[in-house]
Amino acid sequence: MAADEPAIEVVDVHRTFDVRRRAGRLRRTRQVVRAVDGLSFDVARGEMVGLLGPNGAGKSTTVKMLTGILVPTSGALRVVGLDPAAARTRLARRIGVVFGQRSGLWWDLPLRDSFALLRRIYDVPADRHAAALAEFVELLELGELMDIPVRALSLGQRMRGEIAAALLHEPELLYLDEPTIGLDVVSKGRLRDFLRTINVERGTTVVLTTHDLGDVERLCRRVLVVDHGRLVFDGSLDALRRLDGTTRTVVVDLATSSPQVEVAGAVVTRVDGPRQWLSLPSGASAAPVVAQLAAAYDVVDLAIQEPAIEDVVARLYQRG
Amino acid sequence: MTALVRSWQAYRAISGAWVRAAMAYRASFVALALGQVLTSGADFIAIVLMFASIDTLGGFGLGEIALLYGLTGLGLGIADLVAGSTEQLGRRVRDGSLDTMLVRPVPALVQVAADQFALRRIGRISQATVVLGWALLHVDIDWNLTRAALLVTTIGSGAVIYLSIYVLGAAFQFVAGDAAEVQNAFTYGGVTLTQYPLTIYPVEVVRAVTFLLPLAFVNWYPALHLLGRDDPLGLPGWVQAASPLAALALAAVAGVAWRGGVRRYRSTGS
Ligand SMILES: Nc1ncnc2c1ncn2[C@@H]1O[C@H](COP(=O)(O)OP(=O)(O)O)[C@@H](O)[C@H]1O
Ligand SMILES: [Mg+2]
Repeated sequence: MAADEPAIEVVDVHRTFDVRRRAGRLRRTRQVVRAVDGLSFDVARGEMVGLLGPNGAGKSTTVKMLTGILVPTSGALRVVGLDPAAARTRLARRIGVVFGQRSGLWWDLPLRDSFALLRRIYDVPADRHAAALAEFVELLELGELMDIPVRALSLGQRMRGEIAAALLHEPELLYLDEPTIGLDVVSKGRLRDFLRTINVERGTTVVLTTHDLGDVERLCRRVLVVDHGRLVFDGSLDALRRLDGTTRTVVVDLATSSPQVEVAGAVVTRVDGPRQWLSLPSGASAAPVVAQLAAAYDVVDLAIQEPAIEDVVARLYQRG
Repeated sequence: MTALVRSWQAYRAISGAWVRAAMAYRASFVALALGQVLTSGADFIAIVLMFASIDTLGGFGLGEIALLYGLTGLGLGIADLVAGSTEQLGRRVRDGSLDTMLVRPVPALVQVAADQFALRRIGRISQATVVLGWALLHVDIDWNLTRAALLVTTIGSGAVIYLSIYVLGAAFQFVAGDAAEVQNAFTYGGVTLTQYPLTIYPVEVVRAVTFLLPLAFVNWYPALHLLGRDDPLGLPGWVQAASPLAALALAAVAGVAWRGGVRRYRSTGS
């Protein structure tokens, strides 16, 4: 395939599920759930993209279509140049998948044996496998865990094992579906460091779904926000912060408690003793406001707050 | 071709891991395998006891029935060893754990069959082999090369026919959440039905296991040829050598059904 071809192309993809529910004693109602409802996006090779959205937004369904597990109801998908559902086993060799809520390891076998089995399943030459394994054991600190059956590992330990398992055949593209779910802060941090390393050093394209903003903030330059099966935002984190209607805030500490300050281009939204909050329209520069404040008032301290990403995303969900 | 080789490699690797795990508890493995010999042997003992008071059943003597019994038992035994684990598919479909198998570069069917591979199932194979050996010593077969080849291909075809039934049953589990019972009805039901000469059944049953679900090709038609018997349905003579064809046809149907099942798979919502 051409080197400039995107790793992932999604064009107007829909996926519905027929859900039958019992309503009353005998009656059953049939309901169509639109899990993914007209999604389109591209991911370039080597990118690290976060798919962000609340529970039930359609993130997992999207990943399952991108791996070929689920057949789309309509629309077109291409992953590294292949149609995932039609070429599922061929694609499998080139992608790695981690499902936060499932295990790709063998529950009763020690990690070491799971890795050995995967080598046979992916038909990886012994020397390449050994080299990759050595690297991941070191980076993910798996050394002491290799002889422990998977069922006896803690969630964080297991997740490190899952990620090594998904990467041992050196895929071009790695999907992680809620990889940090249930992890403690230290484990989350380690995992994020590792993902950054393989993205930068190996050039592996990474697509990560999460409802944890921390994952996206730490890892992804680009974020896709999904809600009700639709894309409600596609861009950088900075652009997400500067979305329409979102504002930056200037917090100013004056020498004494005083009435609301008056400055062109900003509105006071709150006063608390000598501290006042001024809201700036989106896209406006803070410099003139700061200059006016400094000239006209006795300013002790001053800070500019970016809008909290949580608030931005919450507003997105409300609009969507 | 490489796909087949890879599938076989993966099957061996996964089943091997389960065998090693089972061998860690050798005594319990032996007990389980012996248990299989006994449970699958019980129905043959019943037949032997029956022959204390009768000389023929449906026009067939004990040795001839043992031949039928051995052939069908061996076919099922091999299929059960290879693919008995597909019984688990219903659970994997319900809880969505098939997902992880679908993202690996080996057919999911191969992985499902190899997962939880139970070597103790050689119990049934050994029992059927003993009965078949005993039968061959006690029936009158005018041996030549063709008949010897027919015996061997019959065993292979029988295994493929039962394997296809396992796969059909597994495919059905994509549609009906828990259909392992249906699968069992056809595999174990099929083996019970074909343990006896088909002359004891109404002709509709014989037609059904010839044209609908070709269980009669597991043992009945080739055995008629080996034993020099007339076909009660009066079908042309080549039918008695057609087991491989029946097996391939059923395998093709099972393959299509399985693919259809995988396309219908919907995993589970989180
Ligand atoms: N196999 C399924 N059967 C029925 N409904 C499903 C299935 N998978 C997902 N859904 C529904 O589709 C929607 C999206 O689910 P999902 O993709 O798992 O969301 P997310 O991963 O963003 O939490 C939800 O309403 C969910 O209940
Ligand atoms: Mg999900």
